[in-house]
Amino acid sequence: MADMATGRTTATTATAATRTLGIVTLVGVAWLIVSGLLVSPADVNQGESVRILYLHAPSAWVAYLAFVVTAGASALYLFTKKHSLGWDRLAGASAEIGVLFMAVTLVVGMLWGRLTWGVFWRWDARLTTTAFLFVTYIGYLAVRRLGGTPEQRARRSGVLALLAVLEIPLVHFSVKLWRGLHQDATVLRPNGDVKLDGFMLFTLIFGVAVFTLMYVWLVLHRQRTLTAEDLLDDVGLEIAIAERRGESRPPDLAADVPRSDRPRPDITVGF
Amino acid sequence: MTWWRTAWLIARRDLLVEWRSRVALNQVFPFAGIVMVMFGFAIDDTRLMESIAPGLVMVATMFSLLVLVQRSFALESEDGALDALRTAGVSSSALFWGKSIALAAQLAALQALLIVLAVVLYGSSVRPAGAPLLVATWLSGSWGLATVGTLYGGLAAGARGRETLLPLLLLPVVAPVLIGATRAVEAALGARGTVVDGWPWMGLVAVFAVVFCVGGTLAFGPLIEE
Amino acid sequence: MEDAGFIVACYVVTFGGVAAYVSYVLRRGRRATEQLPDESKPWM
Repeated sequence: MADMATGRTTATTATAATRTLGIVTLVGVAWLIVSGLLVSPADVNQGESVRILYLHAPSAWVAYLAFVVTAGASALYLFTKKHSLGWDRLAGASAEIGVLFMAVTLVVGMLWGRLTWGVFWRWDARLTTTAFLFVTYIGYLAVRRLGGTPEQRARRSGVLALLAVLEIPLVHFSVKLWRGLHQDATVLRPNGDVKLDGFMLFTLIFGVAVFTLMYVWLVLHRQRTLTAEDLLDDVGLEIAIAERRGESRPPDLAADVPRSDRPRPDITVGF
Repeated sequence: MTWWRTAWLIARRDLLVEWRSRVALNQVFPFAGIVMVMFGFAIDDTRLMESIAPGLVMVATMFSLLVLVQRSFALESEDGALDALRTAGVSSSALFWGKSIALAAQLAALQALLIVLAVVLYGSSVRPAGAPLLVATWLSGSWGLATVGTLYGGLAAGARGRETLLPLLLLPVVAPVLIGATRAVEAALGARGTVVDGWPWMGLVAVFAVVFCVGGTLAFGPLIEE
Repeated sequence: MEDAGFIVACYVVTFGGVAAYVSYVLRRGRRATEQLPDESKPWM
């Protein structure tokens, strides 16, 4: 399909802005690793395991942020008059990144739990809801891959995302009520909340900032790829229709029913 | 045709199909029964089983729910009935309610059977004081599961490669019912806690039922639109 | 200090996972964009 490219074709989703963002993020990551592993001190209560918190809390934050963005973008797609597919692509990109960071959160959380409480898993509200959210996202991504037109994909997954928004508080509340029955009678009452101050607190907040930058960079690139893929599908469809029209001899038999009623791609969708 | 009449006709149709073919009765109910027996093989501890009986009943319910939902929508896709109904202008919310009512009826019958099996196989017994709690949980649980099952069933129905989505989508979503109904039934059967303790759990199930009743009514149309 | 193993593992999992995803995104982006003219790309 290289002859489709009538103009210049740069095979990348990067722009000057994302390149700058990428570099800043990389520097931030390097600084985070150095300060997390080496510079910041061990905590009085938690010991060295606080170093894991510098990763665990930010990745949990990004996972939840991604979920909120997916839900919000889905709502914007469904409820605005234009039904711009850019919102749907944002939702999809954010969801994929959310799954990644959820997975990281869960794995790191399990390792941290093993270190701090001695167990890989606790059936508390936060962990269980996170695991639930993870599985829900995976289902969401599977639904996006069901096929059909982009509009069908957008509508189905959009409704699913909003149903998930409805469901999360229900699950969280259920598990909280449930675990309220079982007070862990351990001598040490470790919970997820830790009090940090000074350089440790700064490192934690810095971690949140760096991870947020990572998220933004990833979302921009992933969403642009989705846009390109949707455009390619449209282009491919038009080529196929044109070819079919070319095949039939009498010109007015070229009234093939197109495979979909989609309008021409709106490339002014500004994402 | 009024909305109510439409919903009722659809519910009636689904139930009539079931009555004539007896698929749920001959296949799904025995499946649930087998699941209950298999728990017995796997767990093999009478005292333990009596105390976890409510949990086993609910898990068996969830598995059977999957089969019932798929059956409910297999009816539609066989002759493209769902599309035909939509094209005929049937309100999607009436369709949703009709199918949910039929599914709820089947679920209620299934759960009644499972409770009986729990009494027989696991040695459970229903406290007289717990009977109202049991009935309330039974009704709200059936309705909650039916609405959420119809909703996600509509999404997963039809095209090849979609049916396997149903367990992945549905089972996490019904977690609040699993948690709430199990605790409520535990209280009603005296497996754990007092009857008074059980009512808040039934409340949780009821809230779930309301949320998905409303949510499903709104979301079913957009979800099944092709 | 056997904690070190856990801690390092966490950093490896986190940044390794993100790095793997980054390469996936960039690769896929390249594949999708190399067939499209620049004018049609909304971000350019």
